[in-house]
Amino acid sequence: MTSDALLCVSDLVVDFKTRAGNARVLDHVSLEVKEGEILGIVGESGCGKSMTALSIMGLVPNPPGKITAGSIKLAGQELVDMPIDTLRKIRGKEIGMIFQEPMTSLNPVFTVGEQIAESVRLHEGASNKAAAARAVEMLKSVEIPEAEARANAYPHQLSGGMRQRVMIAMALACSPRVLIADEPTTALDTTVQAQIFDLLQNLQDETGTAIVLITHDMGAVAELADTVAVMYAGRIVETGKVGTVLSHPDHPYTKGLITCVPHLSASPALLRERLTEIPGVVPALTDLGNGCAFAPRCNAVLPKCRSEKPTLAQTQVNHMAACWAAAPEGAA
Amino acid sequence: MTDIDPESVQDLHITSPWREMTTMFLRNYAAVAGLVLLLAIMAFVFIGPLIHPVDPFEMVWAPFTLPMQEGFVLGTDYLGRDILAAMMQGGQVSMAIGLAAALVSVIIGVSVGAFAGYYGGVIEEILMRFTEFFQVLPTLLFSMVIVALFGASLLTVTLAIGVVSWTAVARVTRSEFLRIREMEYVAAARSGSARDLYLIFKVILPNALPPIVVQANLMVGSAILFEAALSFLGLSDPNVMSWGQVIGSNRPYILDAGFAVAIPGFAIFLTVLAISLVGDGLNDALNPKLRQR
Repeated sequence: MTSDALLCVSDLVVDFKTRAGNARVLDHVSLEVKEGEILGIVGESGCGKSMTALSIMGLVPNPPGKITAGSIKLAGQELVDMPIDTLRKIRGKEIGMIFQEPMTSLNPVFTVGEQIAESVRLHEGASNKAAAARAVEMLKSVEIPEAEARANAYPHQLSGGMRQRVMIAMALACSPRVLIADEPTTALDTTVQAQIFDLLQNLQDETGTAIVLITHDMGAVAELADTVAVMYAGRIVETGKVGTVLSHPDHPYTKGLITCVPHLSASPALLRERLTEIPGVVPALTDLGNGCAFAPRCNAVLPKCRSEKPTLAQTQVNHMAACWAAAPEGAA
Repeated sequence: MTDIDPESVQDLHITSPWREMTTMFLRNYAAVAGLVLLLAIMAFVFIGPLIHPVDPFEMVWAPFTLPMQEGFVLGTDYLGRDILAAMMQGGQVSMAIGLAAALVSVIIGVSVGAFAGYYGGVIEEILMRFTEFFQVLPTLLFSMVIVALFGASLLTVTLAIGVVSWTAVARVTRSEFLRIREMEYVAAARSGSARDLYLIFKVILPNALPPIVVQANLMVGSAILFEAALSFLGLSDPNVMSWGQVIGSNRPYILDAGFAVAIPGFAIFLTVLAISLVGDGLNDALNPKLRQR
């Protein structure tokens, strides 16, 4: 792993104890984000995207979950098994998080200004007045018009897009070095989605914050991210620079994800064709067997896929995939 | 940035939730009537003694003077004491004990319920079994035992009522905490590095308040009734006048001078009714599902 990565997750394993047995929700996940970069994590529901985010924040629900192996390093500092008091200083201050549902992620009984100010006060020990001023400033930076008045608004008085802007303002209030955005636009209108992505892009250009963008929107990844990691059943199946992963995917799952999104640029004849879907559903994590977890749904399955798990291997420059069919000759 | 948010075109009309609740409350006539009644009783009880400064323990006239006779608006009791003065000053005690006992039960109930609901698991198990232990004790008997053991004073009576009536508050609080702790804004606050106590008291509790406020309000009414029951049985401070005590001390003469028992009884009835009406109005005003109707 390169040393200039700001956030470096290596071989992270998270297990959940369930009644049906041990579920390995993250299986040797390795990621890294450099300063000023955006990493996109894509995949279907239940493939471990959000769990990766929660692990980085140290918020894996325990019980039943537990980080069994691996390390998460922020600027060289190990976060796994860090004492809770030290971790609290990092959460919110060094790593900010934007949640999926702007409707329910804001506390309904406090004004948005108070909520932003509170986190500034807690982390930077600012006075009430300075914190309130900072809150208004943050609301302005996320392009909320009439920020002074809106700081006194309660969450239910704002629209979904505004609330998500407030969430972003809150996450960025203490100038974190890493921002984790867990499906920040899933609950929003398409037009508002575009605005939020623009906003994230602009803020990143200004502040140089590293962003981990969790989404299932391939378009957003193509537009925003520098690198991308595709997850399936708790494993990273393909990772690399966005350009090569999207234009020359090696893993059949990535190919499937890309073909199931309609392309406006395609010819009208192509547009009228049926979109191809990936058959089947994500398998139960308690019963993954020995082979590749994607094998039952794969259209290029080899006999080896059912007996042996593929590992990430270099397939192109800056590009790795975990697939027997994609592995270059001789690579294991 | 250049793109103009369509929302900036709308006029900014930000009403605070307090104003919304007040509007809602004022729209409920029964609740407003209850509030007016309650304020009138408060005025009678707290301002009355200034206008009518008579010691309720002092014999001022012949016993059993009927109301509106000899200048005694509410008559005199079996010892010839002025009932009007007893109603005023006894009311202060009844109200004070009602409020203080409700406060005690809210403090105990909210603490137990909050920790049980927030932490769950073994802590919840222990705290809720503890709550159930208090729930199955016969409340009147238990408070009588407490007063009998520790002596009859305002403090012990207040504590005795509080100690036997907190279980309902604890259960309401716990159920609200169970619901709210799963909310995303709690997770969001946690990701912003909030500590447990901060989450409990500054994030979850403010959101759990509406049903607790309603419960606390009803608790005041039932505490007043409880105090009356205890002093009726002679288990309250004999040196302090209260409504229950007026009823209790005149009880043997109920057939000769029913008014001496009926007047304080009616006062208790009116007070508890007023509090219940206010509580009902608060319930509607604080319940967002009912607010839009």
